[in-house]
Amino acid sequence: MEKISVNKEIKVALAGNPNSGKTSIFNALTGAHQRVANFPGVTVEKRTGRRRYNGYNFQFVDLPGTYNLSAFSPDEKVARDFIINENPDLIINVIDSGSLERGLYLTMQLIEMGVDVVIDLNMWDEAKESGLEIDTQKLALLLGAPVVKTIGNRGQGIDGLLDAAVGLVENKDKGHRHPPVTYGPKLDDIVADLSQEISSCGSCRACRNPRWVAVRMLEGDKDIEGEILTHNRNRARVRSRLGQSIKHIRTTTKNDPEFALTEGRYGYVAGVVREVVKRPTSDRMQLSVYIDNLLTHRFWGYPIFLLLMWLIFQATFKIGAYPMDWINAGASWLQAEIGSLIPAGIISDLLINGVLGGVGAVAVFLPNIVILFLGIALLEDSGYMARAAFLMDRLMHYLGLHGKSFIPLLMGFGCNVPAIMATRTLESRRDRILTVMLIPMMSCSARLPVYVLFAGAFFGAHAGNAIFSLYLFGVAAAILMARLLQKTLLRTAETPFVMELPPYRWPTWKSIVIHMWERTRIYLNKMGGVILIASVILWGLGNFPVKKEFSQDYDAQIAQYSSQNTPEAKAEINRLQILKSSEKLEYSLIGRLGHATLPAVQPLGFTWEMGISIITGFVAKEVVVSTMGVLYHLGDETSTLIKTL
Amino acid sequence: MLEISGAGALRRRFLDLGLRRGEVVTMIKAAPLRDPLQVSLGYGHISIRRSEASLITVEVILDGKDIRK
Repeated sequence: MEKISVNKEIKVALAGNPNSGKTSIFNALTGAHQRVANFPGVTVEKRTGRRRYNGYNFQFVDLPGTYNLSAFSPDEKVARDFIINENPDLIINVIDSGSLERGLYLTMQLIEMGVDVVIDLNMWDEAKESGLEIDTQKLALLLGAPVVKTIGNRGQGIDGLLDAAVGLVENKDKGHRHPPVTYGPKLDDIVADLSQEISSCGSCRACRNPRWVAVRMLEGDKDIEGEILTHNRNRARVRSRLGQSIKHIRTTTKNDPEFALTEGRYGYVAGVVREVVKRPTSDRMQLSVYIDNLLTHRFWGYPIFLLLMWLIFQATFKIGAYPMDWINAGASWLQAEIGSLIPAGIISDLLINGVLGGVGAVAVFLPNIVILFLGIALLEDSGYMARAAFLMDRLMHYLGLHGKSFIPLLMGFGCNVPAIMATRTLESRRDRILTVMLIPMMSCSARLPVYVLFAGAFFGAHAGNAIFSLYLFGVAAAILMARLLQKTLLRTAETPFVMELPPYRWPTWKSIVIHMWERTRIYLNKMGGVILIASVILWGLGNFPVKKEFSQDYDAQIAQYSSQNTPEAKAEINRLQILKSSEKLEYSLIGRLGHATLPAVQPLGFTWEMGISIITGFVAKEVVVSTMGVLYHLGDETSTLIKTL
Repeated sequence: MLEISGAGALRRRFLDLGLRRGEVVTMIKAAPLRDPLQVSLGYGHISIRRSEASLITVEVILDGKDIRK
């Protein structure tokens, strides 16, 4: 290879199906760390990266994973528009070697668009293990595109991809053409006629690739049709020809043109696959069937599922509680340290209670989130997630949700924050929104102290039943809400459930760590900021305006008692401090808000003390209990509070 | 498999997953609550709700306890 073209820019887009390992190829190409998916539709945003290789400056764009470029879904539209508008020098088309057929369907569409394609047969190792043999030379010949074998999650074959890309770019002028996709003689003729009408214009943008435009118009692509009918000089004839062609296809194939073409394209792909693949009966698939026999068994399926859920739940919230304690202890220690360094006053208070308290509140969820996503990553990467959806779909379908929504909802009983994070595993936006709206109805563990307080106060001996019915009530409310939302705000059609049940596989540590880190990072970036700011604002509301004059001189009295070292004196100090903070809180903005909202909560039988407690509960639900303790001048003892109420 | 009906996103999804005319499908089993079905299709398994499967007409080639897929 000549080295004259130093610093030449090569713009590459990565396209491929969801699940094809496209993200891991992107990581290997650019060195950026991302989440590796084992379930459709995870890469939604556009990611870019750079790489220098043999004197070339590569610029990579990771397109959303799609099966199709028909521009019916937002992901497909993003991918298609990028290819049309940004004109990448070439596309690396990542294909899961194990499902070559589906991957090549997208390849056909890329080739039709007239872009240069490097075909990346990814997960080569798995295909090989399962006994699949692919004749790559023949494939390259049939498609007129270089074919490279890679193992994305181990970074193998990446140089081969880059070499093939350089080769394509350097030989562009040599007319490296892909043979046209054929749809069978009848359809080919119709497409050819229409594309001739389009190209006779000779000046508009669409004329550059009339065949693709013709196909897209027949497939009912309104964007493309709109462009032709405004810019093409021959638009009147194109329009009438389009109408004739559509009718013609309908009569000859007894099918919609869109599906006639889709099936034609699939037929072509099937032909190619038949030529290049030797497929012995797959042991791995067979093994999967055996595992399925147990895991989705009529009797054992649910117990095993519930056991796994229980394990993840316990690990997240029980094991997670230990590091949470350490974080809390660490935060308190730090608060005390800073308190001793900076003279007491408004600034030290802001630092200690506002900022550090806020950071603590953010950090305290970290163990939950890391452990929960470790569990989810294991489920996804092993292939069990799809089975969980398979098992739960019947129930979730009743709520208008996909089977996968079960896990976030269940985690809601532990803590809403990680549960809402877990909705990121859902594919469709609608499902995510609906699930997020239902999660708050699940009584999280932080609400338990509040329940215990009120149930103890009002139901006495029946407290246990009262608490249990609160949980049930939450679930019932969620069901009602789901039914209601479906009929009102979220009326868009339910996502189709049909999905792949991928063969089981051993998850790799690397991919799981990347998974966890990616989710944790999102939490810190997106949620961390919000929680931190909200904590500081609430701190401000609870401390301003500063109360200077109290009904009694608490400080003097406290000072007086602190010289004595008797238990009575300590109790007295404690009592005085509570009285002081109670007055302070009542005087602050939160206290005033509590008083101001009294007319709204009074009909519920609430007092202003309860109103204030509800507001402080925004930070964390269990805070309601401690605020009430302060306001009723009782301290933290739940039992005495129960008696008072 | 003889005929596939259904519209828009669902039909495209069928094709994306390789469900199309002429393909041989094998019913594996139903989920414990009877609803989603597990079906094998050439090289892989897919899961599909009964309501979605009812849009597909099949011709029984072998055996078959459950005729309507």
